[in-house]
Amino acid sequence: MAPAPLVAIAGLTVAFDGQPALRGIDLAIAPGEAVGMVGESGCGKSVTWLAALGLLPGRAVVGGSVRIGGQELLGAPPAVLEKVRGGRIAMIFQDPASSLNPVHRIGRQIAEALTLHRGLGAAAARAEARRLLDQVGIPDAGRRLDAYPHELSGGQNQRVMIAMALAGRPELLVADEPTTALDVTIQAQILDLLAALRRETGMALVLISHDLGVVAEACERVAVMYAGRIVEEAPVERLFAAAAHPYTRGLIGALPPIEGPRRRLAAIPGGVPEPWAMPPGCAFAPRCAHRRPACERALPALIRLADAHAAACVLAAPAPAESLPA
Amino acid sequence: MTPAPPLLEAKDLVRRYRMRRGLFGRAVELRAVDGVSLRLERGRTLGLVGESGCGKSTTGRLVLGMEVPDAGSVAFEGRPLPAPGSAAWRAQRARMQMVFQDPLGALDRRLPIGAQVAEPLEIHGIGDRAGRLARVETLLKAVGLRPDHALRYPHELSGGQRQRAVLARALATEPALLVCDEPISALDVSIQAQVMNLLLDLQERFGMGMLFVSHDLRAVRQVSQRVAVMYLGRIVEEGEADALLQDPAHPYTRTLVSAIPHPGRRGGRIILQGDPPNPADRPPGCAFHPRCPVAVAICAREAPALKPRGDGRLVACHLAHGDAALPRRAA
Repeated sequence: MAPAPLVAIAGLTVAFDGQPALRGIDLAIAPGEAVGMVGESGCGKSVTWLAALGLLPGRAVVGGSVRIGGQELLGAPPAVLEKVRGGRIAMIFQDPASSLNPVHRIGRQIAEALTLHRGLGAAAARAEARRLLDQVGIPDAGRRLDAYPHELSGGQNQRVMIAMALAGRPELLVADEPTTALDVTIQAQILDLLAALRRETGMALVLISHDLGVVAEACERVAVMYAGRIVEEAPVERLFAAAAHPYTRGLIGALPPIEGPRRRLAAIPGGVPEPWAMPPGCAFAPRCAHRRPACERALPALIRLADAHAAACVLAAPAPAESLPA
Repeated sequence: MTPAPPLLEAKDLVRRYRMRRGLFGRAVELRAVDGVSLRLERGRTLGLVGESGCGKSTTGRLVLGMEVPDAGSVAFEGRPLPAPGSAAWRAQRARMQMVFQDPLGALDRRLPIGAQVAEPLEIHGIGDRAGRLARVETLLKAVGLRPDHALRYPHELSGGQRQRAVLARALATEPALLVCDEPISALDVSIQAQVMNLLLDLQERFGMGMLFVSHDLRAVRQVSQRVAVMYLGRIVEEGEADALLQDPAHPYTRTLVSAIPHPGRRGGRIILQGDPPNPADRPPGCAFHPRCPVAVAICAREAPALKPRGDGRLVACHLAHGDAALPRRAA
């Protein structure tokens, strides 16, 4: 029924110095789809994509499989990875200022990506760089080609990063906290731009964010991560209407309401477990109000609850959502 | 009987900086805070919202006397702030404390938490040794830390625990005013909720007034009774928190409210063009007019004054007061 996935991640594991950071990720991204990945710092949402693209340092031990259109990426030779990175999958990061080279004009940096991925000559690359700046909404694109990153604002630099990411005409853009360092009004601009680009180019989007609200607006499907695993996966509307995992419910309850009576926030007690002190069973059990003995015995499997909705909780059962005590 | 003076009253604060553009550029004057007045009652919270560079943090530092305003005045409990650095100011500072965004930067990495919480007590000569130890334990408990955390170093705590330690230290001298500058921005979502709950609990228990400086309108509504919105060094709207978010009057506030990412609401967002303007290059008239979706001719000429509407809401906008609509209707 579903189209063949563009990217298929299966059993992806990552360990740093023997400490597990990712403990088995399964995720498929369909062509043109927008998927949000949500979780707190250290949950592995960024590591998943750094591992998939071979961008982790050498001491990281990576296992499992990441395939794009049938091509295995893990352990692939550098020549294959270089074609995929920036070509089929592009990635942008939180802090655009540190991703851009401060001593080169932005036009040259975009042209470099165009030469690398599309083999354009100098004049063609400059013309295309100008078109890309125009596409990402930089006013007066022709003159801005000769600007240095420090002459642009944070929001404009993030637009430049997006233009560079588009240079290779990627089928998937992975945006890692792209608006976290930006002001609220600029965050709205960038989210709007990402949505417009997706309509124009048909590329798929993975939006990594700690902010459920941002993900809810920009994505169709959400994967919630906790301590190196996906604990719940669902279409956006379903996630907010019928979250099954206590952690997801906790994240939703921790958001202050913007209207209606003010209530005490349902804060999740405690903190994320350290990788060297991972509980034997469900990693969320020590913070969970619905914990029972079974939770501490074994890692709960991801159970399919409904179409496209799955949760890794012993209390979540297929069929009605009432299975979890309120 | 005269009513008791408010806890904090700032009038027409101005803070200018001189900065040079480039190595040989002309020095230009930048008005970080440009005529800000605010009033905070005992035990209440005023939220101060705005984007980076709007002057909200500078305002926080001015009301604590950490910076001296170029014009305007600050009165704390009805008396003007003593000169910074003077003995009277230091004594006063025990009554007003600050909490910053980055708890790791605010703590001394070489000292255990307990010693840092005890430090303000020593500086202000409060209690004897045994009394201070007991007080540190009470404070740690009040912010949700365990007594054994007193012996830990900052790097041994999580981000949320560090912010709790900073709060314990700030509360050591029983301040009447707590200025919180983006106290939750660096924390994870579930920890943000913990710290907001804690701030409300502590306020209920210790009764301090709070100035809560943040870019996050959601968080500001959660903890504040009143909210003031700043744009380029000035307050553009101020009012009761729920009403202001429900029915924002200034176009800038309307944009901020509509930009709050909100599950279940798609579209309907006002997307502003352009970047926040440079405070060194303040647009004439209303500073917001180049980005304002509803600006009319007068907005580019005359700066609107912050004045009350019928319901007590303060707004600085020609359109909100009907000044601008009238001539057009007459024409």
